[in-house]
Amino acid sequence: MRVNGAWREADVWPGTSLLAFLREALGLYGSKNACEQGECGSCSVWLDGTLACSCLVLAAQAHEREVRTVEGLTSGDRLHPIQEAFLEAGAVQCGFCTPGFVVAVADLLDKDANPSPATVREALSGNLCRCTGYQKILDAVQLAAERRRAGS
Amino acid sequence: MSVDIRRQGGVGQSVRRVDGVPKVKGEFEYASDLRRDGMLWGATLRSPHPHARIVSIDTTAALEAPGVVAVLTHTDVPGKKTFGLDVQDQPVLAADLVRYAGEAVAVVAAEDHELARAALKAIAVNYEVLTPVTDMEQALEPTAPPVHPQGNVVRTLTIVHGDPNALADAWVEGMYETGMQDQAPLGPEAGLAVPAADGGVDLFIATQWLHADLEQLAPCLDLPLEKVRLHLSGVGGAFGAREDVSMQIHACLLALRTKRPIKMSYGRQESFYGHVHRHPSRVWMRHGAPYEVPNARLEGTAVFTNNPPCGAMRGFGAVQACFAYEAQMDKLAVELNLDPIELRIKNALRSGSVLPTGQPIAGVAPVRECLQRLQQLPLPPEESALDRDPMLLPGGAGNVGHGEALKRGVGVAVGYKNLGYSEGFDDASEAWVRVSADREGPLAEVKTAAVDVGQGLDTIVTQIVRTELGIDRVLIRPPDTAIGSAGSSSASRQTMMTGGAVQLACQAVRAEIERSGGLQDLRRPVEATRVFHHRPTGKLDASGQGDPHVTFAFGAARAVVEVDQELGLVRVLQLAVAQDVGRALNPQSVLGQIEGGSAQGLGLALMEEVALVDGQLKNASFTDYLIPTILDMPPVVCEIVEEPEPGLPYGAKGVGEPSTVVVPAAVVAALRNATGRELRRAPVKPDDLVGL
Ligand code: FES
Ligand code: FES
Repeated sequence: MRVNGAWREADVWPGTSLLAFLREALGLYGSKNACEQGECGSCSVWLDGTLACSCLVLAAQAHEREVRTVEGLTSGDRLHPIQEAFLEAGAVQCGFCTPGFVVAVADLLDKDANPSPATVREALSGNLCRCTGYQKILDAVQLAAERRRAGS
Repeated sequence: MSVDIRRQGGVGQSVRRVDGVPKVKGEFEYASDLRRDGMLWGATLRSPHPHARIVSIDTTAALEAPGVVAVLTHTDVPGKKTFGLDVQDQPVLAADLVRYAGEAVAVVAAEDHELARAALKAIAVNYEVLTPVTDMEQALEPTAPPVHPQGNVVRTLTIVHGDPNALADAWVEGMYETGMQDQAPLGPEAGLAVPAADGGVDLFIATQWLHADLEQLAPCLDLPLEKVRLHLSGVGGAFGAREDVSMQIHACLLALRTKRPIKMSYGRQESFYGHVHRHPSRVWMRHGAPYEVPNARLEGTAVFTNNPPCGAMRGFGAVQACFAYEAQMDKLAVELNLDPIELRIKNALRSGSVLPTGQPIAGVAPVRECLQRLQQLPLPPEESALDRDPMLLPGGAGNVGHGEALKRGVGVAVGYKNLGYSEGFDDASEAWVRVSADREGPLAEVKTAAVDVGQGLDTIVTQIVRTELGIDRVLIRPPDTAIGSAGSSSASRQTMMTGGAVQLACQAVRAEIERSGGLQDLRRPVEATRVFHHRPTGKLDASGQGDPHVTFAFGAARAVVEVDQELGLVRVLQLAVAQDVGRALNPQSVLGQIEGGSAQGLGLALMEEVALVDGQLKNASFTDYLIPTILDMPPVVCEIVEEPEPGLPYGAKGVGEPSTVVVPAAVVAALRNATGRELRRAPVKPDDLVGL
């Protein structure tokens, strides 16, 4: 499969999830496993441009398809503006949920540059965070959206 | 050099997290991300029964299963067979008896995770099933089977203060219950054990207290303390769940046996079985007066059952008590015809108030201030149910009505939590600080064994160093057991304890630098190690009187809820929390702690409970055990009340727990206010709200 722009392959047993493939076979540990049931969003990636829980997709289903992970958001030392906003707003505590949230927020803002608070909550309702109570995550989304509008 | 408390990046400022960049990029290494060449995966066989005798264990088939390198049972534990944080009564691997469903019976090491898990099925355990004790009151009956040989009482504590038979003009009483809550940190239990050339082992682990793990591990492995070295790995939240040992001993046993690195990482389901939960409680109370009373009798009993074991969770022990006494205070307000918040303001604890243990509150106690701040906050505006976006109805899209039966309710609660360890425990933390200079200028390095579980300790430590030394470049060295203990990241204690140790070490280094000509003239590195102790506390005497606690943090919450009275669905419109923080060392992260603690409190009030049927855990997944999502959480309005605490570094109190203590009580009070129902148990279910 093409992962963050590069073709990658590995031999795995047929039951391997895309999440396990990314983590254990390719060493891309940015996508996290907190439930393996599609409930927490920690494993969020794009599969052919569509947001997906990689724990619910078989690696085999992604055969010859395009996968983008949190590692694909940045190159080098520069942070993605959403990552920058998360840091500034204090939206990170333990950080285990953060890569999944960053991916989900990037997906949301690509589709809707000016989401209402209700739209943001709805869009992020599949991502669990146990540390922050979500308030600072909402602040981060707002900050990132404002900056993006100001910049474009 | 002088101490500049307004220094850029120092204490009092909302400095960004020092571990933030790797965390947002997905590069931060959590324990579940650890790997090593040649490593094996470990997996755990757990008892399916809450109470059973083990007749036999046959591992022959499992040893022959594909990829399996080792299968261990209790006979393979070389040293002490039991572990425990306080009392070592929990088997490393069950020998003759299993005491809860999920207790570890055997562990397997295999070439990969799937093979290890598959091999568990090949272990044949023959159980003789026994009747379990699954209720806390049943456990106290004389006919109850003893869970441990000494019986089912863990501890009974009686506190008698003044004249317990004194009479009051008005009495209120009630029975209250809280369910078993799960900490549900998003990062699962995980670690990597690497056998060492000296016959010892190195364990890379997500924990709350490296040294307490070490002290439990070494005797079980039959190794001297210095041959077991623990190194902190990335921690994906803790909230008390990592205070007890989970896979630590198992991974080390397998590593020592196979002489290969062992990785263990629980899945979500196993995580529910693999760590302790918040104790469920049942409380009866009768009050003749609010808060500070001259006469009191309290009796508390902790019992063993065959339900899953319980331990620390944020607000340990204070959450359950607050839920009960705050319901009582509302009853008293009705009895005395007072507004609930007025009753609380009038009778608020303050500095000098005497607690039922006879202990006066020596430090600051701005309880009235917290309540008054809440009182001044406007209520969220009323919204008509007509034409409302259905997502904004209680229950959201799941609400099949049109908002015909909505009722709003407001509730308040106030409460407190002890900070640090109590009852005479010598609470201490050690820190090492070194200052050197290179081409980029001065550099301060800090090492402690203290764990940043996500609360932001490393950032606070960095701020303290900048403030004390005036050096911007601060490097936190990875925590391990090569330095003295820092105690646990629990009981809201690390800012005061490890913060205090770092401050002391910085002061020693600063004095030395000043003696030798100042920072400009630094020729060789200067270092110091210091230990911070909080003031000694005392044990309780036979009638529960004494000086058991160092100090307390107070908080108050107001909840505004909307209940659909026909469907029993709830929407929390707003939480407001005013908290006594001493001094906010990093205001943004203080807010983050209050907001996050509030979410866990809301969870306990409305949805979170480990469901048990005959000792079996029925909801061990995020599909079935619900924690608040972003749709469940209302805005949290925070009021930080700053009144520095004498005797603590910078006057800062721990901030992690009070919101979790008061929010459940406030939310349920609001539900009572909306529905007029007694609601004596949390979490409150839809059935309770419609009276089924
Ligand atoms: S790990 Fe995929 S949704 Fe939780
Ligand atoms: S920051 Fe810890 S789970 Fe979100």
